[in-house]
Amino acid sequence: MSREMKLDRFEIRLSGLGGQGILTLGKIMGQALALDHGYNVAQTQSYGPEARGGASRSDLVISSSTISYPKTISLDLLVALSQEACNKFFTNLKPSGALVVDTSMVGQTPTNIFLGLPFTDMARKVGLVQTTNIVTLGALTHFLPFMRAVSVRKSLKSILPSKIIDINLKAFNAGFNAAKKQYPDAPEKWIFS
Amino acid sequence: MATKNKKKKEKEIFALGNEAVVEGALLAGCNFYAGYPITPSTEIAEEMARRLPLLEEGVFIQMEDEIASLGSVIGASLAGRKAMTATSGPGFSLMQEHIGYACITETPLVLVNVMRAGPSTGMPTSPAQGDVQQARWGTHGDHPIIVLSAGDVQECLEMTVTAFNFSEKYRTPVILLLDEVTAHTREKITIPDPSDLYIYSRLLPSMPPEWYLPFEDNMRGVSAMPPLGSGYRYHVTGLTHDDHGYPTSKPREVESFINRIFRKIDQFFYDIQIVEEIYCQDATSCIIAYGSVGRSAELAVQMARDQGEKAGLLKLKTLFPFPRPAVEKMLRQCASVLVPEMNMGQISREVKRVNSGQSKVNTLNRIDGQIITPAEILKKLLKG
Amino acid sequence: MAKVTQLIHNYLRHTKKFPHVFCPGCGHGIVLGSLIRSVHAQGLSKDEIVLVAGIGCSGRIPVYVDFNTVHTTHGRALTFATGIKMANPELKVIVVMGDGDAMSIGGNHLIHAARRNIGLTTLVLNNHIYGMTGGQSSSTTPFGCYSTTTPFGQMEKEFDISEITKACGANFVARATVMQANLMDRLISTALTNPGFNMVEVITPCHTQFGRKNKYKTTVDMYKWLKKNAVPIEKYRDLSPEKQRDAVSTGVFTHNDCAGLEQKYIQMRQRIRGEI
Repeated sequence: MSREMKLDRFEIRLSGLGGQGILTLGKIMGQALALDHGYNVAQTQSYGPEARGGASRSDLVISSSTISYPKTISLDLLVALSQEACNKFFTNLKPSGALVVDTSMVGQTPTNIFLGLPFTDMARKVGLVQTTNIVTLGALTHFLPFMRAVSVRKSLKSILPSKIIDINLKAFNAGFNAAKKQYPDAPEKWIFS
Repeated sequence: MATKNKKKKEKEIFALGNEAVVEGALLAGCNFYAGYPITPSTEIAEEMARRLPLLEEGVFIQMEDEIASLGSVIGASLAGRKAMTATSGPGFSLMQEHIGYACITETPLVLVNVMRAGPSTGMPTSPAQGDVQQARWGTHGDHPIIVLSAGDVQECLEMTVTAFNFSEKYRTPVILLLDEVTAHTREKITIPDPSDLYIYSRLLPSMPPEWYLPFEDNMRGVSAMPPLGSGYRYHVTGLTHDDHGYPTSKPREVESFINRIFRKIDQFFYDIQIVEEIYCQDATSCIIAYGSVGRSAELAVQMARDQGEKAGLLKLKTLFPFPRPAVEKMLRQCASVLVPEMNMGQISREVKRVNSGQSKVNTLNRIDGQIITPAEILKKLLKG
Repeated sequence: MAKVTQLIHNYLRHTKKFPHVFCPGCGHGIVLGSLIRSVHAQGLSKDEIVLVAGIGCSGRIPVYVDFNTVHTTHGRALTFATGIKMANPELKVIVVMGDGDAMSIGGNHLIHAARRNIGLTTLVLNNHIYGMTGGQSSSTTPFGCYSTTTPFGQMEKEFDISEITKACGANFVARATVMQANLMDRLISTALTNPGFNMVEVITPCHTQFGRKNKYKTTVDMYKWLKKNAVPIEKYRDLSPEKQRDAVSTGVFTHNDCAGLEQKYIQMRQRIRGEI
């Protein structure tokens, strides 16, 4: 536990459309950080009545100490997998926070400073568009210096059904490698409060 | 001894509040669940449907509506099971009829109500705390009841265990109120080693059947409760009854019966009252909160302390019988008390009731389906 | 004391102060007598029987008998019985309901219990009226009949409880009138031993609330009417539609022996736990 980075309410919002696997993404990340890294994690979600389409979001608060208020207050990281989500939630991002977008879905970003990869197109290339969330997970694993790939993979394997593990591991690696290649120094750029 | 060095079988999981309820229920010995799907409580039913058939005697049944669900739970409890159901707003309204039946027949059961914004269908996926007084007074007739609440995921597990213990100990339905935020928050929780837990099961008769009185007025106020079919044949009825269970309308018998069901809970008040005091020792202003709002309040208190304000938080885990002594203590100690809640003032009404002018009771109410934030509470708190 | 009376006395609770609540001429006692004879004939013990009832005149039956007895809420007896049976499939769970209980307020529970085919023995005592509350119409009050809430005649069509229960998938559905004690004994005996959901509808007269308002001068007139109009189902099918309207078909409407829900649940549990 001592080698873990100290975090004080690091807040993440994963957002997009219903059906993009946002809630699963949040669950895998949350479980990896909570059980394997030993952080305190509170993952909350918000969704509309529809099962597919509509806005979907999953929020994570990660902290080395106990978390009292479980919801996000101001975001350190916003992940937007749809244009609508990007527009809607950008104002919740701290000035020093990072924006990650799916460039295949988000054509217009409100700022020129962002980390962008075509997650949906990459997932199609992997062979299954439904793995968009896991491609994103791979990229986030590179971006976030306190999240280790080995624990994320472990969490992924325990949450997803065994039939689809292989293709999702492929998707994870695709996201991780592409992020590493395009944004090699992203992990060092965080300003932790 | 071999057991002395036994490794503790604690387990950490990353779970929803709703899933933690199931973990708690199974630890408490629950082996019967009947329910009807309704957001935001449905994960409890889904998890029970998967888990209960894995137990030797476990039963899960989806009923045709919430009235039937609670009826079925009462039937199972009479047959000796530790039984529960879970629901949300509209379903809770439908269950009121059978809550009354469980009160008058003194049938132990646990009912989890995940509160959502109302009235009526309201906002199914938004949180609220609007069912607090309904939990206390929703069914007709005068009766005591135990209402508990939980604010975080670990508490969901612990309070479910407590709910079962209270229901079995006092032969009464126990209502556990969660809200949508608590139910749908995922956190790391520790599932305790079962051997570390205090699990209470209802009293069974030790006398021969012909001496057995199912509704005896004894010192505890609670009689033994044999399962149906165990040789102790008795009558269960929703009519006001005597100590044999037979209907009566004799004023003396009715009065002694109603007095007893109140007494059995009132006299163990200090066992039932669960509160958590955070920074209360030297507090000059205090927040009284419960459920997910209790977590907002905790951060607000921390923020106030950082600014040099001597703030404290009294978290209520038992809502009814209302934890009067703990609240009165804070009312005496603090010049002002703030009660934030996601309703128009259902617990603040109780706080005002027990306040005899010692303190100023402020309220902070939100009814737009959004949780009250720490910043809002802090602002109101600093205003006094 | 006649032998049969002696037999019934063995099953009554003598700690409970009689007399009972039933009016002179009420048919409910005849049904209870038949139930006791059937339980006795099947050799069932008092301890294994749970008698569950709803609200109404029929709801008062359990308190008089020395079984495990549960007097529940209006219309919901089947939901309690479902919980009891699922919790302990070894018990013989018998449900007694009236027509208002079973088909009006509790109609939803009746159709679902029949659909689930849960192992219960259900007796519906149909007197076509709300007796206890003073003679209001129920969902089985025949078209055109008078009650305190249909002072100008019932305008709604009535339910046929047996037809509905049969259509919902119950294993065993049968009907008798209280004038057919032997038939009733046979039907209840079958309903006690057959697996799955079993329902016996018994047509029982309520002279106090129904008869007086519907041109039956005395209780005896009602019994005479029942005797005259009860037609075995085999014969009933051959009657002309006009004659069918006045007749009460009796006998067995359906009889299957599929496993009850509680048995299927036990099997499922064994299967997923790898025991079979």
